[in-house]
Amino acid sequence: MSIPVEANISLVDKHPADDLLRADRFPHILCPGCGIGTVIHTYVRAIMESGVDPDRHVCVSGIGCSGRAAGYVNVDSYHATHGRALPFALGIALHKPDLVVTVISGDGDLTAIGGNHFIHAARRNINLNVICINNFNYGMTGGQTGPTSPKGARSPTAPDGNQDHPFILPHLAHAIGASFVSRWTVLHVRQFQEAVLRMMEKDGFCFTEVLAPCPTSFGRPNNFAQGLHEMEMYRDRCHIENGVSRMSDLQIDIMDPDWPIIVGNFVDVERGSYGEHA
Amino acid sequence: MDLSRAQVPHGLVHVIAERCKQCDFCISYCPVDVLEYSEDTNSKGHHFPVVAAGKEQACVFCRFCDLICPELAIFTSESQADASDG
Repeated sequence: MSIPVEANISLVDKHPADDLLRADRFPHILCPGCGIGTVIHTYVRAIMESGVDPDRHVCVSGIGCSGRAAGYVNVDSYHATHGRALPFALGIALHKPDLVVTVISGDGDLTAIGGNHFIHAARRNINLNVICINNFNYGMTGGQTGPTSPKGARSPTAPDGNQDHPFILPHLAHAIGASFVSRWTVLHVRQFQEAVLRMMEKDGFCFTEVLAPCPTSFGRPNNFAQGLHEMEMYRDRCHIENGVSRMSDLQIDIMDPDWPIIVGNFVDVERGSYGEHA
Repeated sequence: MDLSRAQVPHGLVHVIAERCKQCDFCISYCPVDVLEYSEDTNSKGHHFPVVAAGKEQACVFCRFCDLICPELAIFTSESQADASDG
């Protein structure tokens, strides 16, 4: 390695958040412009600001690019089988109620392969924090159409455009009984961190959908060839509407350039978490 | 508000060059355009951010480059030097 030291820059080899990361594995395997690294970063920042000892934080991930999160954070972490991040996390949360259990996984893992676990964990209001990284496709396996792929989005399995209606994840989470529901993008990094902190302090099933660019798999066939292009789209089209009145308004149509993407903290209610009345 | 007495924070930019993958987020979203690409590359061939010429005192320590970086390759620290004129 030979990096000539340029004027005007302080080149260092350690980040302030490195104590909570497995820094020896960096740079990570995620593509340039991918938003998952920002989500991992935000989660680590939230741990630092949560006031809870990192030894009491647990991170559980499923399979997929987003599932790498558990491998990069230096707290107790589990890389569960496909779709089964929530059952693993549920077991931890019920057996050790004093731990702060956070699930970081993708839209496909949580709501397609693990969809049934998702609805029943929320219905029971298990004390879990779920960060669902939504990149609109199955990124790791080549960009196939998934349950959140927008109508009309092209992919290797939908070369003429997706014909299915996608999930509205915050609407779904609200319908099945989550205590806290929000949606942010990796561009809204401060608001997203506040939402993660709120989830960490709140009892019950808390859900945040975070929209993240996937330039390699979703982006290239859909005119977002670089992560920055998708970030610019978020900047142009996102409207913050906390406590939105109609959850069905949260539908995302990426392909329509005039379609607004509504982000915000939508639901924050007390419902009595699992085991409270035992 | 008395702008002449308003204190603008001043930050110093630190970069972990080997982690950078040149995604452009920090350079595009810096509110005062402090950063530009280096002429040199890291061992993977990516140009990493450096402070642009003439912008040495411009960083206002908003930390957005730090928070948005997917690679945890850049961060800022608050400089104690008086830079109230930004």
